[in-house]
Amino acid sequence: MARLNLWRWAVLALAGLYFLVPLAASVIFTVDVPGRGVTLDAYSEIVSTDGFASSLLLSLELAAATIAVVLLLMVPAMVALRLGAPRLRPVVEVVCSLPLVVPPIAFVAGISTVLKWGPEHLSRTPLFQTFVALQNPDFPFVLVLAYVVMALPFVHRALDAGLRAVDVRTLVEAARSCGAGWPQALVRVVLPNLRGALLNASFLTLALVLGEFTVAQLLGFQPFAVWIYSVGGSQAQLSVAVSVLSLLVTWALLLTLAVLGGRSRTATASADRG
Amino acid sequence: MTAVLTETDTAPAAAGKQQRRRRASGRLAVVPLLVFVAIAFGIPALAMLNGAFTVKDQATGATSYTAANLTASLQGAYLTALVGSVKLSAVSAAIATVLGLPLAQAVVTSRSRALREAVLTASGVLANFGGVPLAFAFVATLGNSGVLTRHLGLTGKGWNLYSFWGLVVVYLYFLVPLMVLTITPALDGLRSQWREAAQNNGASAFQYWRHVALPVLAPSLLGGLVLLFGSAFAAYATAAAMVGSAVPLVTLQIADAISGNVLVGQENVALALSLDMVLVAGLVMAVYLPLQRRSARWLA
Repeated sequence: MARLNLWRWAVLALAGLYFLVPLAASVIFTVDVPGRGVTLDAYSEIVSTDGFASSLLLSLELAAATIAVVLLLMVPAMVALRLGAPRLRPVVEVVCSLPLVVPPIAFVAGISTVLKWGPEHLSRTPLFQTFVALQNPDFPFVLVLAYVVMALPFVHRALDAGLRAVDVRTLVEAARSCGAGWPQALVRVVLPNLRGALLNASFLTLALVLGEFTVAQLLGFQPFAVWIYSVGGSQAQLSVAVSVLSLLVTWALLLTLAVLGGRSRTATASADRG
Repeated sequence: MTAVLTETDTAPAAAGKQQRRRRASGRLAVVPLLVFVAIAFGIPALAMLNGAFTVKDQATGATSYTAANLTASLQGAYLTALVGSVKLSAVSAAIATVLGLPLAQAVVTSRSRALREAVLTASGVLANFGGVPLAFAFVATLGNSGVLTRHLGLTGKGWNLYSFWGLVVVYLYFLVPLMVLTITPALDGLRSQWREAAQNNGASAFQYWRHVALPVLAPSLLGGLVLLFGSAFAAYATAAAMVGSAVPLVTLQIADAISGNVLVGQENVALALSLDMVLVAGLVMAVYLPLQRRSARWLA
């Protein structure tokens, strides 16, 4: 048994070393600049660097729009599948898993081909204006479309797990027989019961959009991840400092999610036992 | 209120009608989702498929259907990139599987609940952590002027982060946690009775693993390996931010081609390469899903 414990601690220690050293080294790299000694300049410079605020704002706006669109599309569909039309359920499952088969880089190759049709074939039709509007650099809605597609598998999984845990049909029937209309039953009875799943889906989408690089870079837009990349070429310390910070923020988000998820999981587990 | 009451009063006839209406409204609520996917996903996907098989004649501007793009995507530098991607993904997925299994086992067999929760939560976070920040963290650590490189004099020992093995080291950072997450449920499913039964029959620890545990775990391990392969195969941001084009990878070639760096007449080769990638990813899913279903049998 003692030997087993020793072996286990060796494995855990090695893993800890591998996963912690790059983080520690990144912090040291940003703080201990050769020739300048220990300094926090890299961190204080971030806010005043060109493009920081605008790219971060763009990323947050894209995230908000993506979350709104993906939830508006998915929640009614998933609830409706629970209430009726169970035969459509596998169809929706397959549709929501399709993006897993197309890697982001292949997806963006397709999108850029479609966007090229605008100037090539459609310049005399009203559709052309739509194409221009989609690619407005201030708020490229085409990115929202792409991110919604990329978020579908995660959102589907999160909502499906949430809906599994509640008896939607009974809830709705109870609300209806108490005199609630359809919208009221949905907004005031079903959605509050799905709070955990909705939160889960939103957090995952937020993390996806904040970290997304491939689609945005290849379509020529500059949200946060692309900005970090562009800064990296000229200001090494600064880019690593931003990376460290963005990591911490993403981790805080995902940890919150994990803690919330863990709590609801233990809550349902104890409820089952009780 | 009254409407509901009358409906419940005339229960049997109304129930059927209500159910039918509910079905119809159920389909109606799914329609926006399907329309959205058809537009935002279907059109780009079809454009890719169509473009992969067409070439545009520079002189006449006419397009014609051909397999030339696909042929080109499987030749020369493009083939090297495709092979490089497959090799990198396979090697890092295999190493991550070999390293992830003991780590998961160490966590599962520990009696400390806090340790288990901490490692699983951290794995969930790290598995989602790819992209530009990861690349920069490693550049700061093991790059040419990285902290470890400078303090340990690694350059003199032949270390180079911007190489095949450098990328493997970086990819492991999100692949090992992904493996831990995938394999932990399967390890939880290993009953202690099986080990005891094997021991009572005189099996050594090695024999238990060789003849009992690993065969039970095999579908999960293989499924995890395939999943990691797919994840590494599709990765672009980390490689782009780190190695530029020092290591030939198919994702980097596609990005290059989308940006216009192609020979005349091969404008659509990016789409053909994308199609190659979709085929590989589809193959990954086709292997993964049955394996996952099979491994789920032991978790019940």
